[in-house]
Amino acid sequence: MLELIMTDILGTPSILVGLFALIGLLLQKKSSADVVSGTLKTVMGFIIIGAGAAVLIGALDIFGKMFDHAFNVQGVIPNNEAIVATAQGSYGTSTAMIMVFGMIFNIILARITPFKYIFLTGHHTLFMACLLAVTLSIGGLSGIPLIAVGSVLLGACMVLFPALLQPFVRQITGSDDFAIGHFGSVGYFISATVGKWVGNKEKTTEQIKVPKSLGFLRDTSVAVSLTMTVFFVIVALFAGQEYIETNLSGGSNFIVFSFIQAITFAAGVYIILAGVRMLIAEIVPAFQGIADKLVPNTKPALDCPTIFPFAPNAVIIGFLFSFLAGLLAMFVLPSLSLSVIVPGLVPHFFTGAAAGVFGNITGGRRGAMAGAFANGLLISFIPAILLVLMGDIGFEGTTFGDSDFGVIGIVILSFMKFLGLS
Amino acid sequence: MKKIMVVCGNGLGSSFIMELNVKKALKEMEHTAEVDHTDLTSAKSEQADIFIGAGDIIGQLDDGKRTLVSLENMMSIPEIKSKLEPHFQ
Repeated sequence: MLELIMTDILGTPSILVGLFALIGLLLQKKSSADVVSGTLKTVMGFIIIGAGAAVLIGALDIFGKMFDHAFNVQGVIPNNEAIVATAQGSYGTSTAMIMVFGMIFNIILARITPFKYIFLTGHHTLFMACLLAVTLSIGGLSGIPLIAVGSVLLGACMVLFPALLQPFVRQITGSDDFAIGHFGSVGYFISATVGKWVGNKEKTTEQIKVPKSLGFLRDTSVAVSLTMTVFFVIVALFAGQEYIETNLSGGSNFIVFSFIQAITFAAGVYIILAGVRMLIAEIVPAFQGIADKLVPNTKPALDCPTIFPFAPNAVIIGFLFSFLAGLLAMFVLPSLSLSVIVPGLVPHFFTGAAAGVFGNITGGRRGAMAGAFANGLLISFIPAILLVLMGDIGFEGTTFGDSDFGVIGIVILSFMKFLGLS
Repeated sequence: MKKIMVVCGNGLGSSFIMELNVKKALKEMEHTAEVDHTDLTSAKSEQADIFIGAGDIIGQLDDGKRTLVSLENMMSIPEIKSKLEPHFQ
């Protein structure tokens, strides 16, 4: 009986998270129909994430083989969805526990410290919980200490990162109604700082006329398909028709094969997003409902696109300069014997755009360009360094994208190494 | 009952927060509607009476038939209320 509860029920992350959703829904006194559908959808969300991972890993594996053969170095695609889905197998239970208790710590910290932020970007909470589960495990923690340390750290991240950015967010939005809760914060902070050094905030990006034609990149599925097609086809050309058709594609044309693999990767990301969406839709309102009752006068910390409408030109400029830095870094990384980080349109679009908005508010046009460029370098070098520290734990081919994941991961692993734990 | 679909690029963070705001706005206006959120790609094949989102996103859904509501500040409940109200007359 105990074994059934501990191993089969609490050890299955989908059921564990489903139980938390069930409790949340009951606490909110929802109708029985809502309780049943909410609980089932949460469990299904977790299972969909796993299914998406299976689709994506196949394509990622082929990309890795092609890249190795073509350039004789390892190419890594930073994609939070991919690595979290991949980590579900070994770290799913600790990730789920850290996520739930981390949210509880967020509420406690908002209550007892001056950092009154409730972090509502649920998918980033999930990704950070996963990063903490993985890095603390590598550092030698397990069981209750792992969950306890992970939850405290997650709760701290959920109030400290929004607090770090709030002075700038107040300038951007002209109000103090909400904060930015998105784990690209270190990149945004650096962008705002660089902007202050190099620019003049009077010369804002919003005086320039920018074509609206890059807006389609905000569509994640399109952006992922496009990046992967470009990278797959280029790498395929370098790897050569003969190698691909004999070893990978089973004889079908190497360009057609690469195109299909690129879209398969994008399809995997789409499936995973559908799963995450289902999961988050039940957990976040419960979390917010509880927080509203326990901690009055808090500010919601929200996803980064909430500041995009305040400086639409800075969004496009920020994306372009962040991506440019990513492309340059791709050529520099191998000379430092680091893995090649393949720049993805999604991390560069979302965090680059936000970095552009932060750079613009402190340094105008030059601030947006230089700040977003700094962000682009950061999200290329930080994942590469994190990979070195994480070592061989079976996530080859992908890693965490946004800056805070890398920074927190590197800090934890260095600290653990310093203590002699890992 | 009307169906309102809230749209953002990823269909995860900001559309979800907007969905919560749309629900708050509807409650204050004493209207009822079914509200859901999704990403831009999925929205193109979804059916709904009203699609709502930030200006540059929602413009991409324009096919001449859909009812679109474009927001400048997606966090502003007064803006959501004033732009949704005409659709409930």
